[in-house]
Amino acid sequence: MKNLLAFVVKHNFIFIFLVLQVLCILLMVNRNGYQGSHVINSSNEVVANVYQTAANTREYFALKQENDRLAIENAALRNLLKSNYSAIPLAEYKKNDTLYKQQYSYVAAKVVNSSVNKRRNFLTLNIGSNMGISRDMAVMTSNGIVGIVTDVSNNFSTVMSLLHKDVRVNCQLKRDGSYGPLIWDGKDYRYCLLTDIPTHAKIGKGDTVITSELSGIFPEGIIVGTIESFERRINESFYTATVLLSANLKKVNHVYVIKNKHKGERDSLETKTQKQIDD
Amino acid sequence: MTTEIFRNIFRFIVLILLQVLIIQNINLSGYIILLPYVLAIIILPFETNRLIVLFASFLLGVCIDYFYNSSGLHAAACTILGFSRYYVLKYVAPREGYDIGVKPIIDDMGLEWFIRYAGTLIIIHHFFLFYLEIFRFSDFFSTLLRVILSSLGTFGFIYLIQFLLFSNKRRA
Repeated sequence: MKNLLAFVVKHNFIFIFLVLQVLCILLMVNRNGYQGSHVINSSNEVVANVYQTAANTREYFALKQENDRLAIENAALRNLLKSNYSAIPLAEYKKNDTLYKQQYSYVAAKVVNSSVNKRRNFLTLNIGSNMGISRDMAVMTSNGIVGIVTDVSNNFSTVMSLLHKDVRVNCQLKRDGSYGPLIWDGKDYRYCLLTDIPTHAKIGKGDTVITSELSGIFPEGIIVGTIESFERRINESFYTATVLLSANLKKVNHVYVIKNKHKGERDSLETKTQKQIDD
Repeated sequence: MTTEIFRNIFRFIVLILLQVLIIQNINLSGYIILLPYVLAIIILPFETNRLIVLFASFLLGVCIDYFYNSSGLHAAACTILGFSRYYVLKYVAPREGYDIGVKPIIDDMGLEWFIRYAGTLIIIHHFFLFYLEIFRFSDFFSTLLRVILSSLGTFGFIYLIQFLLFSNKRRA
């Protein structure tokens, strides 16, 4: 025992190195994709405040583009105003009221930090559990989808962007509804890959890709991007398509977080069914 | 001596802020990722206790992890960097050892020595960082390309930073 202790003390440099290294690897392994909660993340208050200050400064430089975008969106919204439509006798539609129930609601948020140049990219938003944000909510801009909320603190939340090596969002072709997971190969922040599209699908360059109800996170029909090219790789019975993302993830400033009112119910039902199958 | 310690701590903080607030937003390509924050460890004085170097590297990595949302990744790579610094310094030492009062910078040690010393450390750091980040061998060669190009980019950036920080001593 004494010899062992002497040995450890003599080689303390190597042993301390090994201990630190094991600690780091434990931290890395514990995060476990986007399911696990991260011990170290930027929704931490100190870090998020540093980013908030930087983002406030940076926002001034993007004011012009942001104003233009908002003006366009305002115009689009104005088109939906009630005054633009001729009135329909109310009695005719009254019955239909019970047919529609709001499933998704939207909360506006500001991006205080984002990246596109790593293999795992995240965004930090300036709203958190105080605004009712929770894990697995969808995030989009007015142009297209952005990512999925992974961690939430009181005033901030971190979002796993589409540009993350573990992200898989089920998307479909608008034209014929064939669907497959959208992944990112890490090469270019403007493009993602839509995989597993069956070869009988009608697919063409310039086709629109939208989100699918199958993802369980995004509402159906939000635009993702357009098909830039597609190919059938050797030994594969599926098409892999390169999708030009319609949201510019490098310049994302204002986003909407989508709350799904039925998500809890759907998830618990699906888990229950899955459990019955497994048993 | 005390001023030297404070100077190093100050440099440590400035490099972290430089990395996370400015350089993180520079997007040259998916293959060139600049990580000049490792300079904080590379230019610690020669006579710094190796255990202090090790803990400082770990701390640096954890700080960067907090900002980069990558729990443990940068800490792991930095700890390896701090560990190997001791052996790399031994390996590249001049025959008569290091003089008292010189620093591991280009002005004091010459460009060729600095390329061998800092180049080795940067490649070690980037190698472990990118392979631990991807954590699989299927993208072996594209990751290797990232390691090589990023190391060149980081070295270039560190070269420039040195001119900004230390240029006025010898030439003045």
